[in-house]
Amino acid sequence: MSELWEGITRAIWLVVTLDADLVEITLRSLRVTLSALVVASLIALPLAAVLAVRRFWLRRATIAVLNALMGLPPVVVGLLVYVVLSRDGPLGVLGLLFTPTAMIIAQVIIIVPLIASIAHQSLRELWSDYHDLLISLHTSQFQRICTLLWDGRRALLTAALAGFGRAIGEVGAIMVVGGNIDHHTRVLTTAIALETGKGEFALALGLGFVLIGLAVAVNLCIHWLGQTERTGRW
Amino acid sequence: MKHVIWSALAALTVHTAAWADEMKLAVTTSFHNSGLAEILLPEIKADLGLEVQLLVVGTGQAIRLGEAGDVDAILVHSKKAEEAFLAAGHGTHRREIMYNDFVFIGPKGDAAHVHDATTAADALQKIAGAEAVFVSRGDDSGTHKKELSLWNAADLDAEGFGDWYRAVGAGMGAALNTASGMGAYIMSDRASWLNFGNKGDLELLYSGDPVLFNQYAYLPVNPGKHPHVKSELAEQLEGWLVSDKAKGLINSYKINGETLFVFNAKQ
Repeated sequence: MSELWEGITRAIWLVVTLDADLVEITLRSLRVTLSALVVASLIALPLAAVLAVRRFWLRRATIAVLNALMGLPPVVVGLLVYVVLSRDGPLGVLGLLFTPTAMIIAQVIIIVPLIASIAHQSLRELWSDYHDLLISLHTSQFQRICTLLWDGRRALLTAALAGFGRAIGEVGAIMVVGGNIDHHTRVLTTAIALETGKGEFALALGLGFVLIGLAVAVNLCIHWLGQTERTGRW
Repeated sequence: MKHVIWSALAALTVHTAAWADEMKLAVTTSFHNSGLAEILLPEIKADLGLEVQLLVVGTGQAIRLGEAGDVDAILVHSKKAEEAFLAAGHGTHRREIMYNDFVFIGPKGDAAHVHDATTAADALQKIAGAEAVFVSRGDDSGTHKKELSLWNAADLDAEGFGDWYRAVGAGMGAALNTASGMGAYIMSDRASWLNFGNKGDLELLYSGDPVLFNQYAYLPVNPGKHPHVKSELAEQLEGWLVSDKAKGLINSYKINGETLFVFNAKQ
């Protein structure tokens, strides 16, 4: 129990004094995960809309695979990205292993299926409402996709936030491809793993509380920007 | 206000890269846990303008990283593996830098009487004789290889051990956490032990046998095999590591008043 209290006081102390290392790794965590989130959303949301609107060969198979990949084990993704980006691997010439870019790539792979699956689920329901209207208006397929994405934006926000949540708390993949290099690829989760390894449980817990606080703050911030959950709006 | 937040989010997603001389060095967990790196790296940066990025892994993985050319040099402690690395042409040469030592840690009660051991082999025979719970790294690291060679030297075979021998497949810190939780015996390098924060009921029971000395060596990756390797920077770093300045810093590094490393590079 004492370790828990010590962890909480450590967390408060780190935040109040704006510890330079803490600020650095927190900003890096945010940068990596938000970059991954933007890239993953750009891939996953249009993909979800296409899956909802178009009927094509392999559509069912694509949806099934996306759903299955929601549970993709991060450490396996990390290992695959590692092998591909290693100097021995097919993309070794790029020299990306152990850089923040490699961490972003791994996180994108982890969260694209998650965002696409959740987004597809809600867009499919929206599509069944809009189907007759959009067909009778003679809209093009591109217009239908745009309409769905715009009118379903609140639900898509939820999908993106789920992706953010999975990425920011992820440690297995980024540990493997980032290498947890101080001042270079160390983020909150890998720092927590490192401090646990050193037996510094209070500091590890402190960092953990900062991570939880960060996730809550980002979610609140995005809701506020998106003006959701307010009176007079749905 | 909203503009500020949006632009802050945008700024975060843009990747800013600072260009300085930098190289990647794979080091072992035991070296990093000692805390010596935090003394040496700022000095290296001040003297050479070189940012050394440390990849903290077990010796097994450090050697793999060197073989693949993913790092520019490695600093490890497992002579056999290092020699195999050189024989296969992955490295240019091997330079001994310093040594520290391994120690036996166990519960304060010391049911196996390791405290009375006369040699490292005797200590291990006592543990095996009492079938006291023993945590092994089990991760193909330098420390793990050393432990296995010590069991061999004590005429015991780790393969045939019963339930009391627990291979956790983890780094030094994680293995110490496990031993602390189970009140088990474990072999650790002295530096990791002194810096470890969760000692619980454990204490240092045996050390001092010369076979427990642990030689660290620096091996630059062969640029003939991997042309992208920054061999000039690796050479600069080697020059610094064997300098008198490094010697002073390494020899004077202490935790709780105890000296950890002995500099023994041939200058």
